[in-house]
Amino acid sequence: MAMNEEDTWSLGGHRFHSRFILGSGKYSLQLIEAAVKDAGAEIVTLAVRRANTKKKENILDYIPSGTTLLPNTSGARSAEEAVRIARLARELGCGDFIKIEIMRDSKYLLPDNQETIRATEQLAKEGFVVLPYMYPDLNVARDLVQAGAAAVMPLAAPIGSNKGLATKEFIQILIDEIDLPIIVDAGIGKPSEACAAMEMGAAAIMANTALATAGNLPMMAAAFRDAIRAGRNAYLAGLGRVLTRGASASDPLTGFLRD
Amino acid sequence: MVKINGAKQDADGCTVAKWLAEAGYDSRAVAVEYNDVILPKEDYGSTVLRNGDVVEIVCFMGGGCGCRKDG
Repeated sequence: MAMNEEDTWSLGGHRFHSRFILGSGKYSLQLIEAAVKDAGAEIVTLAVRRANTKKKENILDYIPSGTTLLPNTSGARSAEEAVRIARLARELGCGDFIKIEIMRDSKYLLPDNQETIRATEQLAKEGFVVLPYMYPDLNVARDLVQAGAAAVMPLAAPIGSNKGLATKEFIQILIDEIDLPIIVDAGIGKPSEACAAMEMGAAAIMANTALATAGNLPMMAAAFRDAIRAGRNAYLAGLGRVLTRGASASDPLTGFLRD
Repeated sequence: MVKINGAKQDADGCTVAKWLAEAGYDSRAVAVEYNDVILPKEDYGSTVLRNGDVVEIVCFMGGGCGCRKDG
């Protein structure tokens, strides 16, 4: 895999080899280390919540050292709330990365694109490496670029749905038009879907529920890792063309055993 | 009374550092917001809680995407 070793990407001046961003929600702390290892992940997302003295365990003790932490602003319903959570996350002392999530809708958990642009602008000014989670809309993505985002994270399908690339056409437009890494986030349920997104030219995939609800979490983490690598290599190799009609033989058209 | 993480606590006159320790928090693993402003760790020992103060104590938890405000 010499090609993969040279194939890196970067966010906020940090270079990464892995293109699999792993969520840490909805499964036990004891599984995190194996999940990160088997996923080959270098970035793990976290949430910020009120601390509870009854739960003594610190999630940071379960995440392998050297992993880049990506706190999210989940729970925020406005740009102001997202900024507040981001500042608290930075105060927790694990770097400047922040994934913006702003949702006013609690049924479908769809991101509020307009508030997300506002929060991105503010947090980029404050020196954060801002990764906004968004509904895939080219105009909004352009505004996020202007606002100082480090990447754009369009949703594939509603969060936690495992429904796959429902927004495929619109994610492709972002990949084609936006000059920032496009990280496909939310809704990816199967390794084949992660592979497809990587074949399309996505920079990375973020997944959580697909693993957390799998029968064997570390095994599924490895399956995603392999699928993401396969999709990336296919993208780099350049996919073969698709015929609009007819067929094209791949065997020699001479030397038939007849006549 | 001081409102800490949404609950009223009899913490008047206590420093943030002392309250955190007595309540069982690991001050290295939390961030504290004191009356809407983030409190630097070096100020925990000198900040005295007073009646009507609002304090939020947060930490990292497992998360991917889309945790609800109430969830």
